Amino acid sequence: MKGATAATARQRWEREVLEPALAKAPERSVPFTTISGRSIERLYSPEDLSSLDYQRDLNHPGQFPYTRGIHPTGYRGKLWTMRQFAGFGTPEETNERYKTLLAAGGTGLSVAFDLPTLMGRDPDHELSLGEVGKCGVSIVSLADMERLFEGISLRDITTSMTINSPAPMIFAMYLAVAEKQGADWQALSGTIQNDILKEFIAQKEYIFPPRESMRLITDIFAFCAREVPRWNTVSVSGYHIREAGSTALQELAFTLRDGIEYIQYGIDAGLDVDDFAPRISFFFNSHSDFFEEIAKFRAARKLWAGVMRDRFGAKDERSWKLRFHTQTAGVSLTAQQPYNNVVRTALQALAAVLGGTNSLHTNSLDEALALPTAEAATLALRTQQILAHESGVANTVDPLGGSWFLERLTLDMEQGAKHYFETIDKLGGMVEAIEQGFPQREIAEASYKFQQAVERRDKVIVGVNDFVQEDEAPVPILYIDETTAERQLTRLTELKRTRDAGAVARSLDALREAARGTANTMYLLLDCARAYATVGEMCDALRDVWGEYEEEPLI
Amino acid sequence: MKKIRVVIAKPGLDGHDRGAKVIARALRDAGMEVIYTGLRQTPEQIVAAALQEDADVIGLSILSGAHMHICPRLMDLLKEKGLDDVLVVVGGIIPDVDIPKLQDAGIKGIFLPGTPMQDIITFITEHVRPRVEQV
Repeated sequence: MKGATAATARQRWEREVLEPALAKAPERSVPFTTISGRSIERLYSPEDLSSLDYQRDLNHPGQFPYTRGIHPTGYRGKLWTMRQFAGFGTPEETNERYKTLLAAGGTGLSVAFDLPTLMGRDPDHELSLGEVGKCGVSIVSLADMERLFEGISLRDITTSMTINSPAPMIFAMYLAVAEKQGADWQALSGTIQNDILKEFIAQKEYIFPPRESMRLITDIFAFCAREVPRWNTVSVSGYHIREAGSTALQELAFTLRDGIEYIQYGIDAGLDVDDFAPRISFFFNSHSDFFEEIAKFRAARKLWAGVMRDRFGAKDERSWKLRFHTQTAGVSLTAQQPYNNVVRTALQALAAVLGGTNSLHTNSLDEALALPTAEAATLALRTQQILAHESGVANTVDPLGGSWFLERLTLDMEQGAKHYFETIDKLGGMVEAIEQGFPQREIAEASYKFQQAVERRDKVIVGVNDFVQEDEAPVPILYIDETTAERQLTRLTELKRTRDAGAVARSLDALREAARGTANTMYLLLDCARAYATVGEMCDALRDVWGEYEEEPLI
Repeated sequence: MKKIRVVIAKPGLDGHDRGAKVIARALRDAGMEVIYTGLRQTPEQIVAAALQEDADVIGLSILSGAHMHICPRLMDLLKEKGLDDVLVVVGGIIPDVDIPKLQDAGIKGIFLPGTPMQDIITFITEHVRPRVEQV
């Protein structure tokens, strides 16, 4: 038998080749584990894949279960989208940066908002102190959204907006700008992150309690299916889960289980799965452990295809295909010897490409210190261009497919994720699991374990716990203009003085009424946006009805 | 000897609490009494927590760039309440040029990404006010 022969050959190799070699020169006494703590064998060979069935487990690209990719031609048809996330200061400053990006040949924008906007607070709220325009652009009302896209035709670009709890408010403002430009909503394309579950799990930018938050999301599903059919309604994100300290497996499992939750809530809200599932996309982290990451991306496609077809009975192939954006791991960047970060990012980007990402953001070398300078951001983009045009990895589809090691890791990732799905299903679903603190505890545990491994130097971080350099020259960093807050505060006062206060109050009242009942909140939010209600006012109206979520601080 | 009492706080709007939680656990494992305030605390709330918990140390985790607004305000409030002898340390993304300014404001320890937990534990042990014998 072929299997038996292989096993015998393996035993003979161990006895005759390996053992004498080990006797002469033992292996390094380090744990051979991935960055997630998974142990890795010395060698992988065909017998590690005895259970693998090519058609069932891999299949050709573009065929179920899409392990090797969703496009039959891989990157030979279209390269991944190089989508760099940017935003800072006032809407005018960011508008200028976007115009530069578009003039340089970009066709897509990716908006970073500041923390007050992300938390649904106006610049005059006490918690906004020092935060206005810092981590992204400050958007207070439709007037700011008009400034942000001034001179940019929304019909001709795609816009990705990283916004979660106030996603419906910001999306309403975007649609109001499109309306003013005379752009047809039916033709608009772009993405809102709108992934509230990972906020409760990891990034903690939540406002309303989980169930009310999920209602806003199903309102968007229904609204977009009818009004903005080409819009990507949720970008289900593992990125932040990983940054919070999860393992690769937890990132995969919790993200896909979040995806399952959104689909289930959509179906429960009375929608047909194939009417909204194709517009849900994913967003993963690409961390430093090369093969583990590639396995994660491949397993994600396979798992999602199975879930959509078999768990939800989706008929449309577009519902089965997992499309994803990737960002390299911000958390892996070090403040020490920051030029080393260029190398880390390049390897992480390579893993994302070998895993078949559909779009990619590469981090800049200075991001453990501040927001990136224009020079650092350009180098990050160049890294992607070198991968795409010089490395040759885009010439063939899934070039690592068939690697015994990678395929074993991919199968194990899939199995591990399915175990997590079972656990979360038993808890009653992801909303219930979050309410019980399950994913939060798993991540905190993994993050502490990793930190301890670093402290013990079981995991070496170059320049941090080994190969340390004392006399480092500082790198240039970007400083955010402190006048943004002042400008945005003045404008807010001015806005409140000039807008139709009656129309604002009426639209906010109607929003409260909808929140108490079952009407689709998106239509009411559009009226609020058109009346120049602020993000803070719209969120406050919903806070009045739904209250705010507060998590129990646990360590 | 009384255990060192530490209030770990996340001021501002940022929710990235990985660092705050990891350091809270490390200090606890090092034998300190750790109180974690949770997210989105104003300087007023943090000072109130320090007062109520009889804290020897306040540890702030700030990644958002708001440190130059939050830290001086917190130090002023501590002075007002007569809590000048509470050791205040900050961890997070702090540009080099801001370090001397924070030190001038009275922040004793400033820890950047990649600082070993043990360094922070040692710093606190060496710089905390003398602990009183429990009676």
